[in-house]
Amino acid sequence: MRKIWWKILCIVIIFYVIIIGLTGPVPRLAIINESIRNTYFHVALWLAMTFLLFVSMIFSIRYLNKGRINDDDIASELTKSAIFFGILGCLTGSVWANYTWGDPWPNDPKLNGAAVGILMYLAYLLLRSSFEDDQRRARISSVYNIFAFAVFIPIIYILPRLTDSLHPGSGGNSTFGSYDFDNNIRKVFYPAVIGYILLGLWLAELRIRIKRINRVREETMITEHQSLK
Amino acid sequence: MLLYVVSTIFVCYLSFNLRRNQLTPIVWNTLFWIILLFTAVNAIAKSFSQERHGRLLYYYNLCSPQAIIISKIIYNSLIMLMLSGMGFIFYAFVMGNPVGDMLLFAVCGLLSSIGFASVLTLVAGIASKADNSATLMAVLSFPIILPMLLMTIKLAKNALDGLDWSVSTDEISTLLSIDLIVITLSYLLFPYLWRS
Repeated sequence: MRKIWWKILCIVIIFYVIIIGLTGPVPRLAIINESIRNTYFHVALWLAMTFLLFVSMIFSIRYLNKGRINDDDIASELTKSAIFFGILGCLTGSVWANYTWGDPWPNDPKLNGAAVGILMYLAYLLLRSSFEDDQRRARISSVYNIFAFAVFIPIIYILPRLTDSLHPGSGGNSTFGSYDFDNNIRKVFYPAVIGYILLGLWLAELRIRIKRINRVREETMITEHQSLK
Repeated sequence: MLLYVVSTIFVCYLSFNLRRNQLTPIVWNTLFWIILLFTAVNAIAKSFSQERHGRLLYYYNLCSPQAIIISKIIYNSLIMLMLSGMGFIFYAFVMGNPVGDMLLFAVCGLLSSIGFASVLTLVAGIASKADNSATLMAVLSFPIILPMLLMTIKLAKNALDGLDWSVSTDEISTLLSIDLIVITLSYLLFPYLWRS
């Protein structure tokens, strides 16, 4: 088996996050109360998603420079697992919002930005599915992927800070660093981010391998077909 | 295209005819920018798909992709400026003109025309490579253009209320930086699109 250690690390970290995250000590805050434990899931998922999209963009740039189809496979599968995390992040955020802000989908610029961001990446998948030729699909969707990431960052991280938002870091709310972020939370939060990133990479890796196997199978089928003729 | 803007505005005018007094400045503003957005998508979607294959090949031999994307962006920006100017005159003519600060509104129109044109030119380039380009154009461009649209509406709202310029420097600088980012990206990425 090649390099299994990081998968084991990933499983250990995720179990650690779930167990310590749900039972460990957390600071008491008004309104938020015990729901602060959601930081380990909601916030960490969003950070992991941004990281995965960033890596995906780097592979798209690499594809445009080098022209190897493998780079594009990696970029597209990373985007898929990032979208999966994004939807999970929306759901956990929705649960949290329901109990602290009293509404599962409050009219908040960050939420709307997140929805637009996910739509943008779903459009990326649609764009991919509308091409027949591999190289052509790879080149054009790489261009779109880079473009989309450059728009995604302002939507999620810059625009909400300019307006009033319920999220920390805007409209008079403090940012995370000063946000009673004590050591108990740090001990679980940073491993959580790393754990989700590893999980996302693992998901993407499995799908990339399936894709490669399918490609080789198709090629061998074509050559067999031709030799039969 | 001018006819398209005018007829859309006229349809809106007739639809709001029943309750004229309900047309608050906010509705006026939003309606105007949405009409412009749809006009822009329709006008610019054609900029690549309209051209025949032979002519594209001719361009390909003639000059560099950077020159082509820059010229397309400039051309589309001019078209958008013309359309939004004429659209605004006709819109103000039939729907009334509540704008407090015309200069700020004009700046807003200028920035958004350039922004819409540059985003949509690149997206039109992407969409024209696929088969069902009309649907793809809408799906790809709306999420990308949304932050720009929201900023524009906010800036135009300030212009409508005649607020001081210092209030809206934030919006102006954000719009300007989005425009710059988009144009630079188009400049860098278009050569890869052009090759296929």
